[in-house]
Amino acid sequence: MDFVNAIVLLLNFTVLPALTYGSQLALGAIFVTLIYGVLRFANFATGDMMSFGTMFAVLLTYHFQSVGINFGFLPTALLTTPFAILIMILYMLTIDKFVFSYYRIKKSPPVQLAMVSVGVMFVTQALIRIIIGPSDRRFLDGEKFILKANEFKEMTGLNEGLTVKSTQLLTILLTIIIVSIMFWFLNKTKTGTSMRAYSDNEDLALLSGIDPKKVVLITWIIAGILATVGGILYGLDKSYRPFVYFNNMLPIFAAAIVGGIGNPYGAFLGGYVIAFAEIFLTYAYKKFFTYILPDAFEPDSLIQLLSTDYKFAISFSILVIVLLFRPSGIFEGKKI
Amino acid sequence: MMQYKNVIVAYSIMIILIILVGVFQSWSIALSILNYCLISAVMTIGANIQWGYAGLINFGIMGYTALGGLAVVLISVAPVPEAWDAGGLRLILCLILIILIILLIKFLSRRFRDFKNKTLIISLIIIAGIILIRFISAPAIENIESIDPAKTGFLGGLGLPILLSWIVGGLFAAGVAFVIGKIALGLRADYLAIATLLIAEIIVSIIKHEDWLARGVKNVIGLKRPAPYEIDLQNSQWFINLVEKFNSSKLNFTNSASEYQNLLTQYVIDASSVYVKLCFTGLFLIIVISLLILTQRALYSPWGRKMRAIRDNEIAASAMGKNIVKEHLLIFVLGSAIVGLAGAMMVTNDGLFTPGSYRPMRYTFVIWVMVIVGGTGNNFGAILGGFAVWFLWVQAAPISLFLIEFLTSHLPETNELKVHLINSAPYFRFLIIGIGLLLIMRYRPQGILPEKIVKQ
Repeated sequence: MDFVNAIVLLLNFTVLPALTYGSQLALGAIFVTLIYGVLRFANFATGDMMSFGTMFAVLLTYHFQSVGINFGFLPTALLTTPFAILIMILYMLTIDKFVFSYYRIKKSPPVQLAMVSVGVMFVTQALIRIIIGPSDRRFLDGEKFILKANEFKEMTGLNEGLTVKSTQLLTILLTIIIVSIMFWFLNKTKTGTSMRAYSDNEDLALLSGIDPKKVVLITWIIAGILATVGGILYGLDKSYRPFVYFNNMLPIFAAAIVGGIGNPYGAFLGGYVIAFAEIFLTYAYKKFFTYILPDAFEPDSLIQLLSTDYKFAISFSILVIVLLFRPSGIFEGKKI
Repeated sequence: MMQYKNVIVAYSIMIILIILVGVFQSWSIALSILNYCLISAVMTIGANIQWGYAGLINFGIMGYTALGGLAVVLISVAPVPEAWDAGGLRLILCLILIILIILLIKFLSRRFRDFKNKTLIISLIIIAGIILIRFISAPAIENIESIDPAKTGFLGGLGLPILLSWIVGGLFAAGVAFVIGKIALGLRADYLAIATLLIAEIIVSIIKHEDWLARGVKNVIGLKRPAPYEIDLQNSQWFINLVEKFNSSKLNFTNSASEYQNLLTQYVIDASSVYVKLCFTGLFLIIVISLLILTQRALYSPWGRKMRAIRDNEIAASAMGKNIVKEHLLIFVLGSAIVGLAGAMMVTNDGLFTPGSYRPMRYTFVIWVMVIVGGTGNNFGAILGGFAVWFLWVQAAPISLFLIEFLTSHLPETNELKVHLINSAPYFRFLIIGIGLLLIMRYRPQGILPEKIVKQ
C-alpha cells in the first residue's frame, strides 16, 4: 500500500504538472522551431506573440461572459480561441509584410533578422500593455476539477489524494490533437512536404516550383495557431500576465534547442525534457521516501536536489550542457 | 575636422536637449538623466566592442551588469563579523572544494584525453562534488541568514573604498565572461545570442537567491559613496556661502530676514542634490572619456584592423594566420569587463543594490537598441546611441502623455478611451523604442553615425 501511495504522490505533484507544463512549452517550442526552420531566424518575439494571442482570448472571454455566453462545464476561453487565432494570424501576417519580408527577400544574415525580431518584441509588448495593461488576469471558468483529492481518497482508500484539474487534462488532450494534426499535415500533405523541402534546401525547393509566398503564409498560419493555443492553455492553467509570458520565452528556447532546432519532433519532446527536469529536480522527495523506505531510514531533511528558486536555471543549465556536448540537439536538428 | 561634422552636430543636439530638460523641468532631473546617459554610454562601449569590432552577439549584458553591482556590495560594505563566525569557515572550505574539483576535472580531461568514459567520470565527480558542497554549506548558510535577517543576514563585504569596486566589478565580469566564452563562443551567431541570454538569467537567479552572498531580493541599501552626502553639504558653511553668492540677485528681492532664510534653505537643499550629482557626473565623464580614447586607439591600431578582418571574413583571416578563437575570447572578455564596470558605476550612483530589478528587457535589449541605433563599430555612435535612447526611454512617458492629450483634446475628460490611454502612457516608451529600432534597421542599418574606415 505504501508503494502505491508513493506512486500517487509522485503522479500528483510531479508527473501531472510536468506533463501539463511540458505540453505548454512544447507548443511554444514547435512555434520557435518552425520559424527557425522555414524562415531561418531566432524569433525573440516568441513569448510576446503568444501573449498577444492570449490577450484577445482574455478580452473576448470577458465580453462573452458579460453577454452571457458560456461553454457549459468547459472554459469559455475555448469558444474564443478561434477568434483569437484569427486575430493573431492577421497580426503575424501584417508584421511579416511590413517587417520581416523585406529582410527575407534581401537574404539578410539570420542575426539581422533576430535583431529585427527584438524590435517586433518591443512593439508587441507595448501594444499588449497599452491594450490590456500589465496586471494579472484570470479568465478560467466552468468546472475547475475533474477529480478532487477527497473523492480520489474515498474511491481508492489511499492516504494520498490525486487531483486532476480540468486545465491539466485539457492542455494534454489539446496538445496531442494539435500536434498530431500538425505532424500529419507536415508529412502527408503536399503543402506540408513543400514546406519541409523549403526548410531543407531553399534553392532546390524554388527550382522544383514551390511558391515561397505560399510556404511563408502557411508557416505563419501554423505558427499563429500554435502560439495562441499554447498561450491560452498556459493562461488557463496559471494566469495571464504579460511579464510572465515574456520570461517563458527562455525555457521555450531551451526546449527548442535541446530538441534540435528546426526539428518539430525534437521541439515537441524537448518541451517535456525541460518540464520534467525542472519539476523532478526541484521536488522535495521527503514524503516519497517516507513511504517507500522502512521507518528506520526515514529521512529528516527535505531531500530536495535544488531549491525551487532555481527552476529556470535548471532548464538553462540543461541547454548549456546540450550545447557543449551535442550542439545540434538531442534529436539532431540543423547544423549549428 | 570635416569628417567629425556629423559627430559634433549630433552631440550638440543631445547636449541642448539635456540643457532644455534642465531649464524646463529641473537641473536635478537633467543631471540624473545625464548620469544615466553616461552609464549607458559605458555599457554601449562594451557591447560595441563585441558587436561592432568583432561581430559577436552577446545578449548577456544583464548578467555582467549584475556582477558589477555585486562587486560593489562585496567590496564596499562593512563585513559582518557575527556572520563570519557563524559559517565563514565552512563557506571558505566550500570555495576550496570548488577550486579543487575544477583542477581535478582539468587534470583528468588533459591526462585521459582519449579515454572512453571520460564524460561519465567527470559528470560523476561534479555530482558528487555538488552533494558534498551542499552538505558542508547548508548549515553555514542557515546560520548566516538567521543573524539579524532584517538588517544583515549576509557575510558583508570587505569594507574597502567603493571606487576600488569598479575595477573589481570589471574583473568579476571578465572572469565569468572567460568561462562563458570558453563554452559558448564556438556557436553560430544566433545560438550564441540565446545561450548568453540564458546564462545571464542563471547569473541573476544565483545572485537573487543566494541570500548569504548579497541579501538576494532583500536588497542592500545605504552603500558608500565616492561623493559627499547632501545632509553634510547642507550643514557646512562654505557650501551655504557658495549658494548665497550664486543666488544673491534673487535673494536680495526678499523683504524680511525670515523669508530670506527660508529661501536660502530651499536653495541650499536644491543645490546640494545638484552638487552631489555633479560629482558623479565628473567621475563618470572621466571614465567615459578615458574609455573612448582607449577604444578609439585600439580601433585604429593593427589589432583593431585584425578584429575587423576577422569580423568581415573569418575564413580569410584565419588563412592569414590569425587565431580567431583566441581573438574572439579576448574581445568577449574585454567587452564584458567594460559592461561590468558600468554595472558597478550604476549601483554606486543609485546607492543600492536590487537584484530583483535586473530584467533582460531593460539591461540587455535596450542596450542593444542603443548600439544599433547609435552606430555599430563607431565608438562615437555607440555613445550617442546610449545618450539618445536613454533620453527617449526617460522622456517617452511625458512626450506620449502630451501627444495623447493633444490628439484627444476634443474628447470629454471622462471618455473611456482617453482615460485608458492616459493611464497607459508609460508603456508608450516600448512602442517608441521598438518602432525607432525597426525604422533604423530598415532605412539606416549602419546607425546614426556609421562606422568609418580610415584608409592609411
